[in-house]
Amino acid sequence: MPDRFIYLDHSATTPVDERVIAAMMPYFSEIYGNPSSVHRVGRKAETAMEDAREKMAKILNCRPSEIIFTSGGSEGDNLALRGVGLASKQLGRGTHLITSPLEHSAISRTAHQLEDMFGLPTTFLQPNRAGSITPDMLREAIREDTALVSLMLANNEIGTILPIAELAAVAHEKGAYFHTDAVQATGQLDVDVQKLGVDLLSMSAHKFYGPKGVGALYVREGVPLVPSQTGGSHEAGRRSGTHNVPLIVGMAAALEIAYAEYDRWIPHFTDLRDHLIEGVLAAIPDVELTGERHNRLPSHASFVFKQVNGNTLLMHLDMKGIAGSSGSACKTGNPAPSEVLLALGYDHDWAMGGLRLTVGRHTTHADIDIVLDVLPKVIEGVRRFSMASA
Amino acid sequence: MPTVVVAMSGGVDSSVAAALLVEQGYNVIGMMMRLWSEETAPGLTGHNRCCTPEQMNDARRVADMLDIPFYVLDTRDVFRHKIVQFFIDQHAEGLTPNPCLACNMHIRFDWLLKNAVALGADYLATGHYARITRSADGLFELRKGYSLDKDQSYVLSVMGQEQLRQTMFPIGEYVKPQVRELAAKFGLPVASKHDSQDLCFLGDGDYRRFLREHGPVDLFMAGPIFNRHGEQVGTHDGLPNYTIGQRKGIGISGSGEPLYVLDLDRQRNAVIVGTREELGRDTLIAGRVNWIAGTPPDEPIRAEVKIRYKAKPAPAMLEPLSDGQVNVIFDEPLRDITPGQGAVFYADDLCLGGGLIQRVERLELLAKPH
Repeated sequence: MPDRFIYLDHSATTPVDERVIAAMMPYFSEIYGNPSSVHRVGRKAETAMEDAREKMAKILNCRPSEIIFTSGGSEGDNLALRGVGLASKQLGRGTHLITSPLEHSAISRTAHQLEDMFGLPTTFLQPNRAGSITPDMLREAIREDTALVSLMLANNEIGTILPIAELAAVAHEKGAYFHTDAVQATGQLDVDVQKLGVDLLSMSAHKFYGPKGVGALYVREGVPLVPSQTGGSHEAGRRSGTHNVPLIVGMAAALEIAYAEYDRWIPHFTDLRDHLIEGVLAAIPDVELTGERHNRLPSHASFVFKQVNGNTLLMHLDMKGIAGSSGSACKTGNPAPSEVLLALGYDHDWAMGGLRLTVGRHTTHADIDIVLDVLPKVIEGVRRFSMASA
Repeated sequence: MPTVVVAMSGGVDSSVAAALLVEQGYNVIGMMMRLWSEETAPGLTGHNRCCTPEQMNDARRVADMLDIPFYVLDTRDVFRHKIVQFFIDQHAEGLTPNPCLACNMHIRFDWLLKNAVALGADYLATGHYARITRSADGLFELRKGYSLDKDQSYVLSVMGQEQLRQTMFPIGEYVKPQVRELAAKFGLPVASKHDSQDLCFLGDGDYRRFLREHGPVDLFMAGPIFNRHGEQVGTHDGLPNYTIGQRKGIGISGSGEPLYVLDLDRQRNAVIVGTREELGRDTLIAGRVNWIAGTPPDEPIRAEVKIRYKAKPAPAMLEPLSDGQVNVIFDEPLRDITPGQGAVFYADDLCLGGGLIQRVERLELLAKPH
C-alpha cells in the first residue's frame, strides 16, 4: 500500500477545522440546553445559536431571521423547491418550475417528484457544452406562471460557475422567485445574497471545513414557504425539530474562518487546480476538461477520459493512495453514465469516464506532482484492460 | 506477498476467507459484485437476497475491520444477459437450469477474475467449500471441501486449469462450525449470520414468481397433462410450475398409484405423468462437458455422478462421446434426472468435471394424444 494518502475529494467533504471543533465542544455537555427552553441553560444555548445566525447573516448580507437552519444541502434544496412550489399552489398562483439537468439530485429528483405527484410542471433548461446557462436561455423558457427558478451557483460535478445575478434578474422580471444551490460555492465564492439577487440560497457546512449534518437555507423575507417538516414550530414554523446547537455553532465558525481567510486559500486552490488541469491535459491522450476552463470553482478540476470506466479508475487510484470521485454514486456499484455529462452532450463512450479531483487547504504542490505521475499510467492500464475485455 | 482479491458477499464464509488471508499475510482487497436488484414498492428494494444494501454494508464493515480496501463492482448488465436471461430461456425450453453453474463460469471466474487481475491481483479467493490441490504431474485439481454437507465443488465444476491456477478457497479445509468459530475468533460482526442461499437473485426463493414477473408472457400458458398412453388426465397451469420427478401438487385426483412428472414437453406445452416405475432412468447425456484436467479420458471410466447440487453421488460408467458429450450409464436407475441441471463427475473427493444434462430421447408417448 502507498505511504501517502492524497485526498482530492474536497467537493465530497472536507475535514473539520480544529478551530471549529474547539468552538463546538462546549455545546455538547456543558451548555447542553434546548434553545426552546425557558431556563438558563436553555437561554445560553439559544444565545449561542442566535449569535451563530447573526455571524452567518453578516456574511450572507441578510437579516438573521432570513436564515433557516437545516440538516444540510439536500434538506435546504428540498425545502426551497417544495416550500415555494407548494406554497404557490396553495395560494393559487403559478406552479411552473424551471431548473436544469445539471443540478444536484436533491433538486432534480425533487422537481420530478413535484411534477409526478403534486402536478407542478417543470422545465429543464438545456445548458451549453461547458455547462453554463445564459440569461437568454432562461428568458426563453420562463412563463407567466413560473413560480420558481432553481439554478446552482457552482456545479458539483464540472465546477462551472453560473451568472446567477443576471439569471435572478430575468426571473424577477417575470415575477418568479430564484433559488440557488450554493453548496459547492460557499467558502469559495461570494455568497452575498444582495449581490447575487437571489430569494433563496442553500449551503452545507461540511463543504467548508464545518461539521456534517448541518446547513442553512436563506429565504428572503416575504417569500411564502410551506414547511416540509412540521412539528414544534421551530425556525418560525418553517423547519421544526430541536436545534442541533453544537453543529450550528460549528457551521457559523467555519463560515467565518472561510471568508476571513479567503485571500489565503483561494489563490492556493486556484494555483493547485491550474497545475493539475494543465498537467493532465498535457500528459494524457483522449481527455477533455469538463466545464469551463477559468470560470470554475477554484478548487475544482474535472475531466472525462474516453473509454475509461470511472468506477474502475477510482478503484485503481485508491489502490495508489489517491482519492477522487466520478460523476456517479459508484460506492454502491451503480455507475450509470453521468447524467450531467450526458446532458452536456457527451456520448456513452465518454460519459462513463468522469473524474473529479478537488483540492483543499492541506493539498500540496508535491501531491499534484504525484498525481500527474500516477494518473497517466493508471489511465493507460485501465484502457488496456477495457480494450482486452471488450 | 502476493495480492489476493476476495469476492465478499457480506456472509460468514467469504468474511472468514478474507480474514484468513489477512492473517496469512497476503495483500488482500475485498470486492463485491452487485449482481441484481429489484424494486418492489416505493421505498422497498428488493426481493433479492444477495448484494442488498445491507449485505454491502456488512461486507464493507468486515473489510474495514480487516483494514483492507473494499470495492463494489456493478455487474448487473453482464449478470442480466448471461445468467438471468439464460435462466428464463432454459425454463422456456422446459429445462430446469442451475444458474450458479453459469454464474461461476461466466461471472465469478471470468468477469470478476479478469477485473481482479486488472487491479493487480495474483489470485481471486472466494468463500466456497472446496479445495484446490496439485497432482504429481503439476495439474491443478478441484476437490470436495472437508465439510461434505457443505461441499460446493458441484457448482465449481465449470472451472478449468487456468482459473484454478489463479484461485484460492481459504475455507475449503474447514467445516462450517469451525468457520463460525473463526468468525467469532476474528471478531467479525457476521459470525452469527444465517447461511447464504443459492439462487441469490430470487429473493424469496420462489423461482416461479420470478419467472412470472420476468419471463415471456406465454411461459405460464395452461396446457394438458397426459399419461404415457396419450390420455389427458388433467390440465396444468404452466410448465415452469413442474419439475421432473415431482409428485406433489400435480393436481390430478383419482384412483390408484401416485403419479410423477415424467417429462415436460415444450412443443405440445404438455406435462407427461406416469408411475414411479416409469420415472426411473439409468442413462443420461451430459453436454458441453468441462474436464478439469483439460482433456477427456481416452476410454470409458467409472465415476460417481451427482445429478444436482444436493444429490447423493451415484456410481456410473462415463463414456466420452464426440463433440464434448458424455454418455452416463448409472448402475441403478435414478428417479429425478432433470434436463438442465449439471451432471458432475467425481473420483472419490476429486472432481473430474461435468456438463449439463441434455434432454434425452424424447420420452415417447405409447400412443398419440387423443
